[in-house]
Amino acid sequence: MSLLSIKNLTKRFGGVLAVNEVALEVGTGSIMGLIGPNGAGKTTVFNLITGISRPDQGEIIFDGKLLVGLPTHRIIALGIARTFQTIRLFQNLSVLENVLAGCHSRMKSGSLRAMLRTPFQRGEEKAALARAVQALEFVGLRRDAEQLAKNLSHGNQRLLEIARALVTKPRLLILDEPAGGMNEQETTDLITLIRKIRDQGITILLIEHDMSLVMRVCEHIVVLDYGAKISEGTAEKVKSDPLVIEAYLGTDEE
Amino acid sequence: MITYGVVTALLAMSPLFLNKYWVDVLNNVGLYAILGLSLNIIVGHAGLFNLGHAAFYAVGAYTAAIFNTRFNIPVLWLLPLCACSAGLFAAIVMRPIIHLRGDYLCIVTIGLGEIVRIALINDVFGITGGANGIFGIDRPSIFGIAIRRPHEFFYLIWGFVAVAVFLFYRLENSRFGRALNYLREDEVAAEGSGINVAHYKLACFVIGAAWAGMVGNVFASKMTIISPESFSFWESVLIFTLILLGGSASIPGVILGALLIVGLPEVFRGIANARMLIFGGAMIAMMIFRTEGILPPRPRKYTLSDDSSGESRA
Repeated sequence: MSLLSIKNLTKRFGGVLAVNEVALEVGTGSIMGLIGPNGAGKTTVFNLITGISRPDQGEIIFDGKLLVGLPTHRIIALGIARTFQTIRLFQNLSVLENVLAGCHSRMKSGSLRAMLRTPFQRGEEKAALARAVQALEFVGLRRDAEQLAKNLSHGNQRLLEIARALVTKPRLLILDEPAGGMNEQETTDLITLIRKIRDQGITILLIEHDMSLVMRVCEHIVVLDYGAKISEGTAEKVKSDPLVIEAYLGTDEE
Repeated sequence: MITYGVVTALLAMSPLFLNKYWVDVLNNVGLYAILGLSLNIIVGHAGLFNLGHAAFYAVGAYTAAIFNTRFNIPVLWLLPLCACSAGLFAAIVMRPIIHLRGDYLCIVTIGLGEIVRIALINDVFGITGGANGIFGIDRPSIFGIAIRRPHEFFYLIWGFVAVAVFLFYRLENSRFGRALNYLREDEVAAEGSGINVAHYKLACFVIGAAWAGMVGNVFASKMTIISPESFSFWESVLIFTLILLGGSASIPGVILGALLIVGLPEVFRGIANARMLIFGGAMIAMMIFRTEGILPPRPRKYTLSDDSSGESRA
């Protein structure tokens, strides 16, 4: 059973064909990688899935529901969470409040309940707080809960983004270059974390530049080049595909 | 905490030793404090520049004036109606322009404020009384006690401030208040975390406008006469600057701002001509030395349960 299925997805920016008839199936409970050279259209695919931009053509079906045309916050509520390639935290708020942002879509109290501070609202706040603390513990940032987000190291900021995504209770987690700017040790820890997240039943879709990370963690890999899918399969298969080698290294011109 | 207690006690007793004139100054401070708090939700928390807040204030004041003079409904009873009319007005006019960012939104709100003022001068629907405004608005009365003198108004207005502070404090320490902060910090990340950004932008305008509308009601009954010139662009600027001066997104900051911006000019009546000069100088100094305002907001406090049960599911 596939959780997310993409058919015939196409997106143009002016004359540039950013994504060209891409098809993808992400199986429930899998860790899938989307790779490709710079400008291959990976992030665009993510933006199309999460509703940040709209495709010109094609279907994105998540758990039987068509996502095309839905606003981002609705898509998050359906159970897709994402992190950003360029870190997008709420820099001047505390680490804890950053995570609470993710709890937002699983809460109901509006302005009226907040002003009256009803028992329901208080209970909900308490539960959200507990969930946020738990998520921080999970990624190992519990001690930094009261710090401002901007004071965290680069690697920890990435972890914070993951914590914020996790508290939205996603079924599919999309990670956009999570290892960007991380050192070797941090990357290894990240791999452990990604596996731990998957073991909780969350399907993972990963965009990555760092081939070694993708090869180590992903069970299934899709390779994009110039917006089109050029190869698909296990790490072994993709690694030896001549088309992939050509895309990454180029060919000898005789 | 103790400081706030002393200030509140001092304020509550001030009518006992101040004359009419100074109590009336404090009444104006109170009105601007609530206006400041209502705009603070929009400017301070959501980070949306609004230089047309006087428009919402005017809608509330005129709603009170029209319904009171034509249908003889007691003014205080009209409070909910004023809140609704101003809120509804905000919802209708802001809906199409809410997606504008920063300066663009700011410019449109300036336009909005001017349109409302000019519409009032031109006597729209023949009910606003044109440039003369509306006079003969009743004084408010609570349980049959008519409120007339500044000393009586003092307790009405500052009671209103107390209620506003109480409710706004709760509002900003909630899911709603946090959502506004998230969209102020980074709209894309907020939307990406599952927050309906467009909804919250509109909601903060509606809430801010509703409160400004209620202040309009109290203002109308305090003056008994209102005219378009009370709702000029200058009013919007005043409310905006008192937030920036006092500390945006900070309740004590806004109240201090109101005290400084509305109260100080009265203290320095003697040098009234140099007022704008001092005012401008103070703003420049602020911009250089203390950009977050005199009393910047404190970070929210959360009580964290300290069970380090470790590897649990997020």
